[in-house]
Amino acid sequence: MLADKDRIFTNLYGLHDWGLKGAMARGAWDGTKDILARGHEEVIEEVKASGLRGRGGAGFPTGLKWSFMPKESDGRPNYLVINADESEPGTCKDREIMRHDPHLLIEGAMFASFAMRAHTCYIYIRGEFIRERERLQAAIDQAYEAKLIGPGNKNGWDFDLYLHHGAGAYICGEETALLESLEGKKGMPRLKPPFPANVGLYGAPTTVNNVESIAAVPDIMRRGAAWFAGLGKPNNTGTKLFAISGHVNEPCVVEEEMGIPLRELLDKHCGGVRGGWDNLLTVIPGGSSVPCLPADQCNDLDMDFDTLKDLQTGLGTAAVIVMDKSTDIVRAIARISYFYKHESCGQCTPCREGTGWMWRVLERMAEGKAEKREIDMLFDVSKQVEGHTICALGDAAAWPVQGLIRNFRHVIEERIDQYAAKPIPASVPVAAE
Amino acid sequence: MPKLIINDAEVEVPDGITLIQACELAGVEIPRFCYHERLSIAGNCRMCLVQVEGMPKPVASCAMGVSDLRPGRDGTPPTIYTDNEMVKKAREGVMEFLLVNHPLDCPICDQGGECDLQDQAMAYGFDGGRFADNKRAVENKYLGPLIGTYMNRCIHCTRCVRFMTEVAGVEELGAIGRGEDMEITTYLEQGMMSELSGNVVDLCPVGALTSKPYAFVSRPWELSKVDSVDVMDAVGSAIRVDSRDREVLRILPRPFDAVNEEWITDKTRHVWDGLRTQRLDRPYIRENGKLRPATWDEAFGVIAEKLDGLDGKRFAAIAGDLAALEETYALKQLSDALSSPNTDCRQDGAKLDPTLGRASYLFNSGIAGIDEADAILLVGTNPRLEAAILNARIRKRYRADPHSLTVGVIGEESDLHYPYEYLGAGPDTLSQIADGSHEFLKSIEGAKRPMVIVGQGALARKDGAGVLAMAAKAAQAMGALTKEWNGFNVLHTAASRTGALDLGFVPGKGGKDVDGILNAAEKGDMDVVYLLGADELEVDRLGKAFVIYQGSHGDRGAHRADVILPGAAYTEKDALYVNTEGRPQSGARAIFPPGEAREDWKIVRALSERLGKTLPYDSLAQLRSRMFADNPHLALIGTISPAETAVLANLAKTDGKVSKGGFKSPIADFYLTNPIARASAIMAQLSAMHAEAEEGATGTDG
Repeated sequence: MLADKDRIFTNLYGLHDWGLKGAMARGAWDGTKDILARGHEEVIEEVKASGLRGRGGAGFPTGLKWSFMPKESDGRPNYLVINADESEPGTCKDREIMRHDPHLLIEGAMFASFAMRAHTCYIYIRGEFIRERERLQAAIDQAYEAKLIGPGNKNGWDFDLYLHHGAGAYICGEETALLESLEGKKGMPRLKPPFPANVGLYGAPTTVNNVESIAAVPDIMRRGAAWFAGLGKPNNTGTKLFAISGHVNEPCVVEEEMGIPLRELLDKHCGGVRGGWDNLLTVIPGGSSVPCLPADQCNDLDMDFDTLKDLQTGLGTAAVIVMDKSTDIVRAIARISYFYKHESCGQCTPCREGTGWMWRVLERMAEGKAEKREIDMLFDVSKQVEGHTICALGDAAAWPVQGLIRNFRHVIEERIDQYAAKPIPASVPVAAE
Repeated sequence: MPKLIINDAEVEVPDGITLIQACELAGVEIPRFCYHERLSIAGNCRMCLVQVEGMPKPVASCAMGVSDLRPGRDGTPPTIYTDNEMVKKAREGVMEFLLVNHPLDCPICDQGGECDLQDQAMAYGFDGGRFADNKRAVENKYLGPLIGTYMNRCIHCTRCVRFMTEVAGVEELGAIGRGEDMEITTYLEQGMMSELSGNVVDLCPVGALTSKPYAFVSRPWELSKVDSVDVMDAVGSAIRVDSRDREVLRILPRPFDAVNEEWITDKTRHVWDGLRTQRLDRPYIRENGKLRPATWDEAFGVIAEKLDGLDGKRFAAIAGDLAALEETYALKQLSDALSSPNTDCRQDGAKLDPTLGRASYLFNSGIAGIDEADAILLVGTNPRLEAAILNARIRKRYRADPHSLTVGVIGEESDLHYPYEYLGAGPDTLSQIADGSHEFLKSIEGAKRPMVIVGQGALARKDGAGVLAMAAKAAQAMGALTKEWNGFNVLHTAASRTGALDLGFVPGKGGKDVDGILNAAEKGDMDVVYLLGADELEVDRLGKAFVIYQGSHGDRGAHRADVILPGAAYTEKDALYVNTEGRPQSGARAIFPPGEAREDWKIVRALSERLGKTLPYDSLAQLRSRMFADNPHLALIGTISPAETAVLANLAKTDGKVSKGGFKSPIADFYLTNPIARASAIMAQLSAMHAEAEEGATGTDG
């Protein structure tokens, strides 16, 4: 269990002052200028050495990502864009940072911008986050007022921070769709290459990072890469915010060491699974887009990127969705599938047509109104979506379905048998959508 | 030059192209829907997926540049597979998805037989679909009188959206909604206001956007197809005329990079219904003030009687805007035989003079030359209305690199779909450029390929000759006349004009021009006027003259005529036209002329025989060989013979007088510029739609 002294997010629950004064009392903005004085490369090296991996879901090493940015400008500015469009079902960690510890994010933005030689940073915040935006904006205003950021600030690196409010589309959390939206266009992912590090916001080199990744940077810089790398497991270092929801007694967001066993996480912080550990049916370990894991694989499960990847799922955003045996797993996945159908941007064919197809089949399967051969077909369709799309939303829509079929095929088959034995006549005609 | 291995064959390809182009060069066919060479890359249909070794996922070949590919670790060139199991599966998957919500109503779809989706489903798809639920239903949209929509069929390739935004320059089409609810629409459901809107029908790879006037008319395999050339404007777009039996059923563009790329205007595309109405299908003679049907013999008899012993000076011939080279040549020779110097092809009174040299009336830079231009001065022309295809070319140049092109306009201000500097209204401004005092010259300093484009609006006025000289002087001042580059351009509006000027169909020694002929006719000094399809005249001024009208349509000229000789429209004869660049192009006969109408050169030839002045040719080949002997450059069909640049320097030296008063575009209504268009119901509809939009643009009406 993570010791209190090793916590980065010391005001995660908003028990203390969120403002600048409180944040500084907790250590924020301490010695920022001296650290910056060590130079751009030093900051990147420190973050690289810490082993910090992107907290937005993909787990790409943050320091490495930063090093892709051009060291010398060809006339175009460099930009940092912070992805605060936290919309994945189950995920609610970034909002805690933004409303209770916003100065960690602001200071992190300062470090990251400095490392990448960016003088401008945009935070793209989810449309539904009204209070979070107000709080974050207030914190930014405080930082400007205290001359911590802005032109000619105390820290010696001219730096402007803008908060942009999205309109509530899930797809705008995809980095290139986010850039499109930020530019005022329709939020549709771009083709890659070129990658944002070459051609990003307004055609200039851009790095897009998750809120949590950025907010972790000040502590890494102050306490040193070795401290961060000493936590967790090799290649999965540091602390991580876990957002546990679903059938636990006390759902919560909690900071823990990477690689903490799932059972420990649920028992220590969430009061255990509802009805006891044996009542566990399945866990979605990383937000709605990753495949679920059946209970028997959860007993000694370490929550880190590599372990979960080996189990054909992923840590994602570490949004753990717990489902006990009262759950209708087919209906649950059908609901997730509906979400992806609803949020598909419609740009490319497999996702536009595939998400709707998968959802319709799952809706029928939830009632049992399907045939068993359709299970294989559904799996095949999900494979036809995965990896054939412009962005990762296609994959995100396919994985939960694949997880369902891999682990709960028997449930679907039982449902189909039940229905076949006693079909319910359609009493009310349903309009085609 | 990067090397690639495509399906085990090593190929070398030019730098900077995309993988789909590289595969095409290597002779490997890649299926595609959204990709189009002349539009931006969308990469959204996912049909062109290929496998690149070392990449975990299949790659959209339309969006992947060959220079972005890295060689293998051992130095082998990037390896691409387009026909292995992974690619086959990817294509089948995408095709299955495309067909999930496609209605498969091919038997009642106009695209049937020429549908990309149909063809590629046959070549790359499964034999059956597995989707068992209800298909999406989408409401059809109203896009004006030309484009019929069946939005259920839309596969969201966005080619139409990209065409309208990028090529046409009108942001009228877009997609609303998200996911499978995405719909292509104009949102306000008004007709599209672009002169190029019909091209979206060609671009649509399925039957979502179809030609409304052609709806349910024919199947592609029933049509005979003839390659021809368009005469609606002086651009001379390459077209294909599709006909069945004795009717032209549609007109489509042919790809021709040097002129129209692969676009045509709505007028070119949809004028075909005008080929059926108002036709002159037999000769007429005016008796007691009324026209009555007659035989050819009677008609020629009346003419012979009138011309018998007539002084050549009291005979005049005017060539219209659609006349082909052959009949113009024959009529010129007939006039010569009648010793008449009164021939003119400049109905609008443009002061163009072939004796000044060919360069003084050609679009010397060539339409493709626009791609290289870095400064363009438009003088008295609205290319959007006068040559919409050429205007799209300027827009293309603008889009290629907006910062390296400066456009200046002297004349009327209007929306050209690219930004320009408005310099002034008339000759005053032009003279400032000519004498080097205008600021515009500073803004184009250092331009290597400047162009001056002079329109008929600047030349068809009393001081036209002066304006022409001044424009040449302005071209000199802009540095547009160098050894390598001739940037002096005259933009014509009539398909016949350049050719007629090449043939010297202008007043001979002591001859009268159009205005002079009309004046003389008003005064009673002109006894016989021969109108060769000339309808853009003030026919009221013809006075008491005996008017022979030879042409295809009962328009202004025919209404005034005393004898009507029914001729052939451009789709009904093998004929040559010279476009504004000076490029001779060959039009072809798709159908026969209606009734007793005949090919025009034959009418002139037959008349000459009746008049006892038989022209020395009995076949088209004989006529052409004589014409080519007199004008060798016309024999080079399809190629431009560059004109001598030096004459422009001489022209610039002449000091013509100019008056005040701004230049006005000669085109009052884009859709009604010639007799065929005026006979077309579709053109009338479009004209009305535009007039209405201009009048009642309050946003609340309708």
